[in-house]
Amino acid sequence: MSETHLTGAEIVLRALRDQGVEVIFGYPGGAVLPIYDAIFRQNAIRHILVRHEQAAVHAAEGYARSTGKVGVVLVTSGPGATNAVTGLTDALLDSIPIVCLTGQVPTHLIGNDAFQECDTTGITRPCTKHNYLVKDVNQLARIVHEAFHVARSGRPGPVVIDLPKDIQFADGVYVGPEHVQHKTYRPQTKPDRAKVEQAVEMIARAKRPIFYTGGGVINSGPRASALLTELVRLTGYPVTNTLMGLGAYPASDRQFLGMLGMHGTYEANLAMHGCDVMVAIGSRFDDRVTGRLNAFSPGSAKIHVDIDPSSINKSVRVDLPIVGDCEAFLEMALEIWRERKPRIDKDALAAWWRQIEEWRAKRCLSYEKTDRVIKPQYALERLREHIRGKDAYISTEVGQHQMWAAQFLPFEEPNRWLTSGGLGTMGYGLPAAIGAQIAHPNALCIDVAGEASILMNIQEMSTALQYRLPVKVFILNNQWMGMVRQWQELLHGERYSESYSEALPDFVKLAEAFGGVGLRATKTSELDDVIRTMIETPRPVIADICVDQKENCFPMIPGGKAHNEILLGPSETLGEATPEEGMVLV
Amino acid sequence: MDTTIERHTIAVLVDNEPGVLARVIGLFSGRGYNIESLTVAEVERDRGLSRITIVTSGTPMIIEQIKAQLSRLVPVHKVRDLTEEGPHIERELALVKVAGMGDKRIEALRIADIFKAVVLDATLSSFVFELTGTSDDLDRFIELMRQLGLVELSRTGAVAMSRGSEGL
Ligand SMILES: Cc1ncc(C[n+]2csc(CCOP(=O)(O)OP(=O)(O)O)c2C)c(N)n1
Ligand SMILES: [Mg+2]
Repeated sequence: MSETHLTGAEIVLRALRDQGVEVIFGYPGGAVLPIYDAIFRQNAIRHILVRHEQAAVHAAEGYARSTGKVGVVLVTSGPGATNAVTGLTDALLDSIPIVCLTGQVPTHLIGNDAFQECDTTGITRPCTKHNYLVKDVNQLARIVHEAFHVARSGRPGPVVIDLPKDIQFADGVYVGPEHVQHKTYRPQTKPDRAKVEQAVEMIARAKRPIFYTGGGVINSGPRASALLTELVRLTGYPVTNTLMGLGAYPASDRQFLGMLGMHGTYEANLAMHGCDVMVAIGSRFDDRVTGRLNAFSPGSAKIHVDIDPSSINKSVRVDLPIVGDCEAFLEMALEIWRERKPRIDKDALAAWWRQIEEWRAKRCLSYEKTDRVIKPQYALERLREHIRGKDAYISTEVGQHQMWAAQFLPFEEPNRWLTSGGLGTMGYGLPAAIGAQIAHPNALCIDVAGEASILMNIQEMSTALQYRLPVKVFILNNQWMGMVRQWQELLHGERYSESYSEALPDFVKLAEAFGGVGLRATKTSELDDVIRTMIETPRPVIADICVDQKENCFPMIPGGKAHNEILLGPSETLGEATPEEGMVLV
Repeated sequence: MDTTIERHTIAVLVDNEPGVLARVIGLFSGRGYNIESLTVAEVERDRGLSRITIVTSGTPMIIEQIKAQLSRLVPVHKVRDLTEEGPHIERELALVKVAGMGDKRIEALRIADIFKAVVLDATLSSFVFELTGTSDDLDRFIELMRQLGLVELSRTGAVAMSRGSEGL
């Protein structure tokens, strides 16, 4: 092989190209100028200039989540890197594959408190899956290829490459990805067959089964979702998805019980509580899902399939742990099921479904139908009707609107729901929608937002305008940090400390100031027109939907309570005040 | 759930690269695990491998988590729970400085002899002892020296290895 000599900056671009990268989300600065110079002198990779480095990472997350590819970020040293930290942490908690290149001061200045120096690898060590500081230009190509391998394999996550400026200028040897293999990092993806056989047996013998699946199924690729759907239909069992897992199973299907957890449906949570066999696939028994741990699904045998061994037995002891990729597990399980054609207990299953239907008949997501104000749930139901059948991607901010979006919007396919689950990052939705729109130029990308959250990355409207991205920001404007207000109402004696937004911008004018289109609905009668116009306008739109200020999000399992202590609506109070231990929970 | 606190000695083989120790320590502090002792040194120069020995304590579930979390770090090659895997040997080294005159000085020397400690330095009013043994041996020796004029103490933390012919 003849050696290729390039500068560090050229090596970066070449390695990205060889990794199949088409787009970088970034923001320039002194410590990455050589790379920006290299970007200028090529056409293969597109650079999207965001307006804040946090948004660069969220945009890359939206891109990654909606395509299954690795999202790529480029930021400068010091403030560029520290601004990216929230995004990296978000990607870590939601297992999103990201490679983030950060500029660094030249090697000889590291440790001198140089201008725009910060200890990037030190700061990002706990919020990345792995990170590198490049000290030798001849290692650069290997490190970039390795970073992609680490970011996308096993449980995906963010990887930072810190690149001193002198390394970007230095000449070095380029090696292609085919010559790079990580010394040790080879996560187990193929599950142990004997265990899968045991799982099939347990599943087949169940009398009150439930599939409880999470973001791991989405991360495993669209085929995993298809296989899950096959397995669930083959068994006739009920299935629930976590917030991160929505879309893995078609939401409109009868066997789907909706989302589970703190704001999950009554039927999903009670089925989890009362099941005798729980099949957890790519879900991680997060505290938002389990509620009070010692009362979590007390009578069930639990099977847990996860690619990350550290997710297994972390908070909930399971009976059958299976380490492996969800797709590989599902494929094997289906094959074994078809081979053995196990006979399931049809009577028990019918009785279980009767019970579930009883729970379902409570219609836990119902809300007051009125013309007086726009109920946020109604706004989402109308949105649902308008996007039905369209090629739509939905992102959200964080708060009540996020939970309502999860409850009311129809997710029939994976990779179309982009939300910040683990970290709960306000400000995620708009940049994520931008990332999705870059990947799917002709799709309908909507950020379901709250008026407080949207202000955390509103500057990204400029990005949307610059690249003519017709993203839609659908604000459920209740003038409150609604989720904070709800907790204060229910748990803090209605003392509404600092949760009301005394001063809000005029979102219509704000949209216009950015060069976009602003719309507003204050009455139910205006809603359909506004949604229709929003969807039909081929430009960035902010739709300010002025909704009921006092609406709360139900069902709700208050902190420290069990699944069967779920509150259905405002008429149900917390009864005995929440126990102190529950209050301290977030 | 089993809530008994167990003490485990874990051997970890890692790439000897910058930041790897920070990663391991950060994992323990970030997740609130205990470190009773931690030692590290390069063990294979050509392959660039270091071995970390960690003595930690926690419930069985926490110990399991610690091992899973360690295994998940990218530069980690192997994680072995020596306590769980069977008989193993643990050794620690201590340097113990004792100062005093008269009877106490003689007594310190006598006890050091019983423990087979080595005198590394002596002045008319002090000794520096070197003692190798299990951490418990060291604890007992140090406790006695406290009463005999202990002025300074330095311990390595435990290193450990399984018995028998198998390698890590
Ligand atoms: C960056 C960040 N800061 C604070 C919070 C805590 N928080 C969670 S929801 C919320 C209120 C969100 O208000 P809004 O965007 O208006 O949504 P709503 O709940 O009203 O629908 C806050 C402050 C958070 N999740 N993220
Ligand atoms: Mg609000």
